[in-house]
Amino acid sequence: MPVKEIDLPYRVEYFSIIDPDGEIDKSLDPQLSDELLIRLYRAMLLARKFDERMLILQRQGKIGTFAPLKGQEAQVGAAAALDSQDWIVPSFRESGVEIWRGRPMERILLIYSGYNEGGAMPDGLNMLPVSVPVGSQMLHAVGIGYGLKYRNQKAVVATVFGDGATSEGDFHEAMNFASVYQVPVIFLCQNNHWAISVPRSRQTHSKTLAQKALAYDMPGLQVDGNDVLAVYSATRDAVERARKGEGPTLIEMLTYRVSMHTTADDPKKYRTEEEVKEWERRDPIVRFEKYLLGKQILDEKRIGSINEEVKAEISSAEGRWSEIVEKGVDSIRMFDNAYEDLTPTLRAQREMLKREMSEEQGA
Amino acid sequence: MPKLNMVQAINMALRQEMEKDDRVILLGEDIGVNGGVFRVTDGLYDTFGPQRVLDTPLAESAIAGLSIGMAIFGLRPVCEMQFSGFSYFAFHQMEAHASRMRSRSQGRYGVPMVLRAPYGGGVRALEHHSESREIYWAHTPGLKMVIPSTPRTARALMVSAIRDPDPVIFYEPKALYRAFREEVPEEEETFPIGKSRIVREGEDITLISYGASLRWTLEAASELHEHDGIKCEVVDLLSLSPLDDELFVESVRKTGRAVVVHEAHCTYGVGAEVVARIVEKALLYLEAPVRRATGFDIVIPLYQREQDYLPGVRRIKRAVRETLKF
Repeated sequence: MPVKEIDLPYRVEYFSIIDPDGEIDKSLDPQLSDELLIRLYRAMLLARKFDERMLILQRQGKIGTFAPLKGQEAQVGAAAALDSQDWIVPSFRESGVEIWRGRPMERILLIYSGYNEGGAMPDGLNMLPVSVPVGSQMLHAVGIGYGLKYRNQKAVVATVFGDGATSEGDFHEAMNFASVYQVPVIFLCQNNHWAISVPRSRQTHSKTLAQKALAYDMPGLQVDGNDVLAVYSATRDAVERARKGEGPTLIEMLTYRVSMHTTADDPKKYRTEEEVKEWERRDPIVRFEKYLLGKQILDEKRIGSINEEVKAEISSAEGRWSEIVEKGVDSIRMFDNAYEDLTPTLRAQREMLKREMSEEQGA
Repeated sequence: MPKLNMVQAINMALRQEMEKDDRVILLGEDIGVNGGVFRVTDGLYDTFGPQRVLDTPLAESAIAGLSIGMAIFGLRPVCEMQFSGFSYFAFHQMEAHASRMRSRSQGRYGVPMVLRAPYGGGVRALEHHSESREIYWAHTPGLKMVIPSTPRTARALMVSAIRDPDPVIFYEPKALYRAFREEVPEEEETFPIGKSRIVREGEDITLISYGASLRWTLEAASELHEHDGIKCEVVDLLSLSPLDDELFVESVRKTGRAVVVHEAHCTYGVGAEVVARIVEKALLYLEAPVRRATGFDIVIPLYQREQDYLPGVRRIKRAVRETLKF
């Protein structure tokens, strides 16, 4: 039998729209309204400033461990490409996406200062809480996607995960099931190049993460993840395909975790300053700002006022958080939401805690 | 009233709930066209179609993970693990997400799903097909865990599990799948999750069991009555989480003696918890130490030796006699 090549019409595209100097590729310009461009800029700035503020609060001991997002703010472009009825299934470094979608910042502060109440989602947000075990949340997105398809709803699901997550078995299972059932799911891989201390090159021998989609006959593409317009465009195209019933897409967004994995991590142990500096040159906010200034959508004065607005927004969220924290915590409520109805054993355990607490007060 | 075996009874529960509620969706390996390797989902694919009876790729974590997503979305998935021995691939999804989502989201998202899995020995199977590791699930906060012992309890518990707002692990004693038939009413019947039942009354000693081992326990009780005149009261736990300790504690207060029977390993097993509850709530009523007749703390042997591993009538009778002699 002759050896023959199987013709698989696959390719993996990479694209970027705004380069690090703020120059745009006009042929790829998604032509967003000035209003949306300014919203995107503002959201990235808010994500950055909130992240910086959280780091200060963490170093002051006011909040606990969290995963800083610095450098990955262009992720808001993905959230902006979704409609409000679409679902978002995040990992744990997506505060930019979460804030865009409407998760109050005080709830984020509450979670990281040890209050379960921070996990509550406002009504109708269609977003799952932060998921810590790497990669496992992608399957939930596929299940939600199946529900949307079963109910003939036009909404789609976007799930976010990192480069490390692509090594997990659940990544394969989620991609495979999504493809088999042709559900409206967009897999958004934030390839920030480091899974704690393990570099992207040690995570997989593949040249790209995007190419992994091809094994499932799923479109896979790579975009400049520090270019908010590229992130927006790629996501919007995938959303349109999914909405038309054309199935899932994997988008690998090349970005960089400029800061530490979590506040408990010291990246100096495993990577060079030069590498970090090189990526800082490609900063998503600086680049977008240059572009907007060049296009005269923004000027220095407006940038100044946006900075002030963002600071005020963070400070008011911090105020609301402090009010809740000052009220103190009612430990009895730890039993809430264990099940819809408390079991007899849990009722007894809750009574035991009540007695412990009242005896302590009496002593 | 039709007389059904357990396979038919579970099938009836699934079919009736699917007819009533289009949120109920089944997913698992070989459950569609093939009707499941034990035929529990037989005919449901033909009636409800591939959208509601999903033959999935072979991946247990995904089966559980998709079910979680479906349940969050508002469906009522019932997923099948082909054998409980393969369900540990799904354990992470159930532990990390199904059990925690209500708490994590502060009540925003419940996970009303059922994870079905045939479990237990006695069917001359391959390795990984005979374990009884229910305690992994029963030990996990946020999950519920039930094990029926008869066709009628299987049907009623399955209906309750599907309607439960929280994730329920539903272990099916495969040794009992076709072991006997029981009358199962066509009309709706539920059994509250978190309740156990007395299946035989007696005043000398309380035997507490569930699942396949309940059958051996009842056989032992009957032989003990016939040969020794011992009157055993037998409690069928049905629900391991939440655990209904009221019923067996009340029984032990009456009899003063108890033996716990299960085919799962002894150490840290359900028996340990049952004994602890008896000690906490009925110590002064006890006339003898509470004994456990269980599987041993080893990997269950292949089938030439499994009858000597399982706590059959011999082990149960011996435990009862020793407890009464004390």
